[in-house]
Formats: sequence, structure tokens, C-alpha cells
Amino acid sequence: MKRFLDAFRLLVRYQGISIRGQMQYKASFLLMSAGTFLITGVEFLAILVLFGRFDAIAGWRLPEVAFLYGLVNVAFSLADTFSRGFCVFAGMLKSGDFDRLLLRPRSTALQLAGQELTMRRAGRLTQGLAVLLWSAANLGVAWSLGKTALLLLAILGCCSLFYGIFVLQATLAFWTTETLEIVNCVSYGGVFAMQYPLPIYQAWFRRFLTFVVPIGTVAYFPALALMGKADPLGSPLAFQVCAPLIGAAFLAMALQVWKLGVRRYQSAGG
Amino acid sequence: MGAYSAIWTARFRTLIQYRAAAFGGLVTQFFFGFIYVMVYEAFYASATTGQPIALSHVITLVWLGQALLGMLPWNVDPEVKAMVRSGSVSYELLRPVDLYGFWYARALAQRTAPTLLRAVPLVIVCGLFFGLRPPASAASAGAFAAALLGSLLLGCAITVLFDVTLLWTVSGEGIVSIATSLVVVLSGMNVPLPFFPDWLQPVLRALPFRGLIDTPFRLYTGDIPPSDLPWMLLHQAAWTALLVVAGRLLMKRGLRRLSVQGG
Repeated sequence: MKRFLDAFRLLVRYQGISIRGQMQYKASFLLMSAGTFLITGVEFLAILVLFGRFDAIAGWRLPEVAFLYGLVNVAFSLADTFSRGFCVFAGMLKSGDFDRLLLRPRSTALQLAGQELTMRRAGRLTQGLAVLLWSAANLGVAWSLGKTALLLLAILGCCSLFYGIFVLQATLAFWTTETLEIVNCVSYGGVFAMQYPLPIYQAWFRRFLTFVVPIGTVAYFPALALMGKADPLGSPLAFQVCAPLIGAAFLAMALQVWKLGVRRYQSAGG
Repeated sequence: MGAYSAIWTARFRTLIQYRAAAFGGLVTQFFFGFIYVMVYEAFYASATTGQPIALSHVITLVWLGQALLGMLPWNVDPEVKAMVRSGSVSYELLRPVDLYGFWYARALAQRTAPTLLRAVPLVIVCGLFFGLRPPASAASAGAFAAALLGSLLLGCAITVLFDVTLLWTVSGEGIVSIATSLVVVLSGMNVPLPFFPDWLQPVLRALPFRGLIDTPFRLYTGDIPPSDLPWMLLHQAAWTALLVVAGRLLMKRGLRRLSVQGG
């Protein structure tokens, strides 16, 4: 426990330094945030435009789709904000900078997680949060303590899953030395796909989002439980409530694979 | 003219080399295309009222969009950006060609080479298996080809305009990223323009951006009859001319106040 607290304190300290550093460029931060706010807002605009012409998609009305969109985007932007270290990891591997991390008496995953708190991603977070709050107020759901807790749990579960994907993407670089851009298609494509309810997709894609990269599992099922909607796919309520744990399990698995990669690592530098 | 075509050829030959990147892009394009198609199918399956455009046409628009995404002016020229950053943009002023024409020729290559690498396999596969329909008629095909050329010229005028803004912002990510999201929405790349509310349609028709995607694509599906082609070309040409003039003026002002740091 003491070790865990200590690691957490170090992480917070890393993030503090990173924030202070970025705040030296305030104008740039504001412009970039406004930019990401608008760019990611475009995706929600598309949903709004389509709901201007259609009443529902597979029985889901606008506030319900917006809720799913908000949940996924808040979780994704949180994961994105804290994972910059893993994004630039392939570059560190090539330049040999990774060797320095190995020399320090802390885990490499912790150091990479503390690399940078990317504040310009705040634009996406604000946008997702605005949509989430708007939809939460318009769903007609009574937000009891239990439901609010489940919502937070769902966000955390979904966020862990995205973080796990980023970690796995970085881990692949131990073998390939290049970042595989194709993995982006899984993370960004997953966010994009999960703006809409899972049953609209064909069976092969649904299975992909449920079992292979379980973005659908951690977002769609808890959302159903929160909104009290019946599932055409027939999942029981107990499963829907527990689904966020799968995100945590995915992250734990990704970190184990990361350890495997570190053990395999041979420095290229001399 | 010879100088510009040489610039275009050289740049085109360089860009056509990035085949691995094109392959990665191709996978992404297929992935997103499939999601779009499934989303539209689900929306149409639960539609209660008539829609302004048929589902099979929407699917064709989705695949055309994925195939020709690279033609959309969605970024600046990365080398121009590096030149402005490093200051070597000053060498550009020494060249015995008109700088605007030079950057425009570069943009033409930037918008054609990567697109060609992705579009050809995507059109073939989607045409055979995934619901990309052929053009509505021979006349529609011809009109599409003409409007696509117009779209290319217009898109390059917008690209160079983005490049020119770099002379002011240096990092150039803020303004261009905002402008890009405008392009993506108002061109019809994100959602086909007929889905937008009726009261907004006159505005969308007047703005230049529809000339990039909406005009050529809907000429292809026959939603816009080929007989409207002259008006469409006039719309594209007028905006292209205006944006070229604006780009030239801005470039002139930008270069006058350009100060290169370092010696």
C-alpha cells in the first residue's frame, strides 16, 4: 500500500510539472483547446444533423445516443490526456532515450504515464463532458447515488480500456520499433463506432467490439443499465453493471504484456 | 509553365513512394467506411418519413468520400510548414518563379499522389463488393469528371491559403485546425449536405466548400442532373478565382512583414 501511495504521489508530481510547463504558453494552449473543441464537436454536429432528419436509430433517441457519445468521449479524452508518454514511446526507443528510464529506480510504465499531461486535449474533454451533462439531464433518469457511482465507474472502465489500447500499441514497438498507425484505427475507430448502440452493427463487427477490443462491452452495456433500457442482444443486468471491470482487466493485461516487452528489450545504442 | 509542371512532377514522384503509409491509410479508410455504411443503414431502417436522398446513394457517397479523402484541403503542406519554422522560407523568395504558383503546384501534387494510391484499390474493391454504385449515366460520369477537376483546383486554392497563414502563426495548428473542421462539415464530407436543415441549404449552396465534395459526388449519383453542370463549374471557378486572388494578396502582405530570425 505504501509503495502504491508513493507511486501515486510521484505521478501527481510529474503531472504538476507538466502542467506548469505547458502553462508557459497560455495563448497556444487556449487556441489548441478551442481547435480540438471544434474538431471533435464536428462529430457531435453530425449526430445532431442526422437526428434532424431521423427520429431514432434502432430505437435510440437523440439524448440516449448523446449519452453514449459523451461517455465514450470523456473516457477517451481522459486516457488520451494521460498517455502521451506511451504515444511518443517508439521515438524514445529509436533514439535510445528509453535506456534512461530503465536506469531509474521506478517502473517504466509509471515514468511513461507521468511523461506529460497533455492539456490541449482538454478541448475534447470539455466537449464530451458538455454533451454528457446535457444528455444526463434530458434522459429522464433519476440520478440516484448508485447510478451516479455506476456512471463514474463506467467512465473509469472505458478509460482503462482505451489506456490499455495505448499501452499495447506502444508495447508493439518493442518488436516493430515503429508505431503501428493501424492501431489508431482501432482506438479512434472504436470511439467513432461506439457513438451508436452496438446492435446496429453487423455480427462480425459487434463481435470485434465485444470480444477482441471490448470497447463496446465497457461502454454499451453500462449505458443500458444506467438508462434502464432493455437489450435486444439479451444481456442480463448483473453483467451490464459489472462490465466496466472488464476495462480494468484489459488494462492489467496490457501492463503485463508491457512487462514482457521490457524484459525482451535490447538497447540499440552503445 | 514548364517550371510549374516540373515542380508538380518532382513532388508527385516523391509522394507516390509512400506506399506503406498508403496501405495503412487504406485500412483506416475501409474501417471508417464500413462504420458509416452500417450507421446509415440503421438510420434508414428506422426511418418513418421520406429522406432527401436514397440510401444506395448515401452509401456511394460514403465510399467516394473515403476514396477521395486526400483531395480535401484538410492540412497544410508539411514541408512549407517546416520551411517557415526553420526560416529557410527565405530561400523560396530567391527562386526565379512566382512563389504562389510554386506553392500551388506543390499543393496539386499533395492532393493527387496520395489520393491516387488509395482511391484506385478502394474504388475497385468497394465497387465489386460493398455497394459503391457506378455513375448514374454516361453523362453523369462526364459531369463528375469535370466537377472533380474543378474540386481539385478549388481545394488547392484553399490549401495554399492555409499555407500562407503559416507566415503569421508559425506553429499554424490552431487556425488551420479550426478551418479544417469547417471544410469537413460544410463540404459534405462528414454528413451529406441534403441531410442539413432546409433553412440552411441556401447558405450551404452559396459557400465555396460544397464544390469540394458535394457537387462532384452528387453529380456522380445523379442527384444533381448533368444538365446543371455549367452552373456547378461556374460556382467552383468563381470561388477558385476569388481564393487565388485572396491568397496572392495575403502572401504579398505576409512576405512584406516576414522577418527571418538568425543569420
